[in-house]
Amino acid sequence: MNTLSRIRRPARRSEAQGGLAARLREPTQVVFLALLGLVAVGWVLVALDGGQFLTMESVVGIQQRSAALGIVAIGQTLAILAGSLDLSVAYLISLTSLVAAEIMAGQDGNILPAVAAVLAISALVGLVNGLVITRLQVHAFIATLGTALIIKGIVDHLYDGPAGKVPESFQLLGYSRIGPIPISALLWAGVAVVAWFLLSRTRLGYRIYAVGGNEEVARLSGIRTGRVIVLTHVLCSLCAGIAGLLLASRLGAGAPTVGTDGGYDLESIAAVVLGGTALAGGKGGVAGTVGGVLLLAVLDTIFNQLEVNSFVKDVVRGVVIVIAVAVYARRGMRRSA
Amino acid sequence: MKRALPILAVLVVLLAAIAVANPYFLEPAGFLAFLKRAAPLVILAAGQYFVIVSGEFDLSVGSLVTAEVVIAARLIDGEESATWPVIALLIVIGLLVGLVNGVVTTKLRVPSFIVTLGMLLILSGAVFLWTGGAPRGALSEGFRTFGRGGLGPIPWSVLILLAVGAAAIWLMRADFGKTLMATGDNERAAALSGVRVDRAKIFAFMLSGLAAAVAGILLGGFAGVSAQVGQGLEFSAITAVVLGGVVLGGGRGSVLAAMAGAFTLEALFTLLNLYGISGALEFTVQGVIIIAAVAAGAIRLPWKFTPRKGDAHAAS
Repeated sequence: MNTLSRIRRPARRSEAQGGLAARLREPTQVVFLALLGLVAVGWVLVALDGGQFLTMESVVGIQQRSAALGIVAIGQTLAILAGSLDLSVAYLISLTSLVAAEIMAGQDGNILPAVAAVLAISALVGLVNGLVITRLQVHAFIATLGTALIIKGIVDHLYDGPAGKVPESFQLLGYSRIGPIPISALLWAGVAVVAWFLLSRTRLGYRIYAVGGNEEVARLSGIRTGRVIVLTHVLCSLCAGIAGLLLASRLGAGAPTVGTDGGYDLESIAAVVLGGTALAGGKGGVAGTVGGVLLLAVLDTIFNQLEVNSFVKDVVRGVVIVIAVAVYARRGMRRSA
Repeated sequence: MKRALPILAVLVVLLAAIAVANPYFLEPAGFLAFLKRAAPLVILAAGQYFVIVSGEFDLSVGSLVTAEVVIAARLIDGEESATWPVIALLIVIGLLVGLVNGVVTTKLRVPSFIVTLGMLLILSGAVFLWTGGAPRGALSEGFRTFGRGGLGPIPWSVLILLAVGAAAIWLMRADFGKTLMATGDNERAAALSGVRVDRAKIFAFMLSGLAAAVAGILLGGFAGVSAQVGQGLEFSAITAVVLGGVVLGGGRGSVLAAMAGAFTLEALFTLLNLYGISGALEFTVQGVIIIAAVAAGAIRLPWKFTPRKGDAHAAS
């Protein structure tokens, strides 16, 4: 949020003087307001249905359900802020879950090598994505779609079903919790804080916004734009790798379809956009993404508690995403008018 | 036509390679079978071309194809007399979905990536909701004729493909095509010079929806009823269009090249099959080739002193 207001202040000084009301118009605040509203609506609906909405169980559930998507979405935020996007994350998650479980093979001693291998593979995939986009001038959509197909082919060729075994100690990552807070939620929070720090307190962060805002201007002002884009893709893939580890620990094994079943590619992009980050890059931030992911998770929880058909969920989710983005676009128009 | 030359050259090489591996391909029946198989993707690519050249994306076509097939099976339910009314309904649904995509994109100013992604979720959810998970009903023989049967030796789908191709080329030569191209190239400039930008884009989305409806009718007959029939087709169609040298972000490329791109993709699949690289690894090879082809296209550009579009990344 800090980054946002700092970077965009010159253009919007009149609004910045408007105090609280104006500050509420920041996209990130809007998504949290919407989240509050949704919690209220959910609470009423579930109460009318004769249940209790914010039980300990459901709060823990929300946190656990959102952790994997949240971590992926934070990586995706970095890529999108730099004006790119990554469609390969879902297959990368499947691949890394398999790599992790295969190397661990149920042995505690193998956890470290497995984690190292997963991070190395993820970084490599991100590097390839970034280099193809910047050096070979392939549009990010096609480049990462191509990478997705390559990984899908490899995974489908080698595996028919779940493989490998995750030792009990590593499964703690997915299941145990400290008080009401699951470890996985802490992991997500950690990734979010690192990304927030990177974006708002480091030079790289400023450069990411600059490149996403206007690549040509950024290049002319001396930023090595290619390098910045490659780095965001490496970070994005690393996040996907971490999500793969988390899912492997939860499943107790690697699964060739865990990434695509979760729809992590398109859903992570949707969460980022829901959080007010512009798909064209340069505007938005991690805080909004956290809100977007939580919004999707709360929506899911409400449906679960009301025992709504899972296909209705898809329909409603589609409508919500479109409406939310339409609202942002409307506000954008009013501002420029 | 000049823009279509590189992809046509690649296509000819691929077709020659297929013919070498499988001489049956040179006989009319073998070649017609290839055209028949390629027809749905080529038609989808033509539809996707209109959207992409106007500077947008349509991610909803895959689930729209699935929806069309599932709806057809359930409504017809083996009843021969229902064939034509249902086909009419499918076309209306396709146009309607395109209309909604277009209106939300242009009037509500939502990036088309998100609009059509939302539509994808809505359509797939709605179809499964309506069928309870597994498609029900059956297609009539009359309906299947379009995907399977033929007029003498020539499959219906090839005739439909020819008609669609001719119509698409005619549309791009007509005023509409010029308007659409101007819209995709520089929306603001086009709007200032009196182009009804929104109308052109909405029409493009409706053409894409129509193409999905036609592809659904062909695929329903050809491949049968399943909930997976349209899976991944949106990405294949976009890939085909880009393979044809059409620039994501709009304003560049020809519809002929986009359709040639779809043929190339299909020829690639055929070739991989012939050489025994079928199944999963097919995806890997496809991924490598897509990246390589698009990269080759991008690298050639400075040579020809073609001005590149400024911000290729802001595709939304």
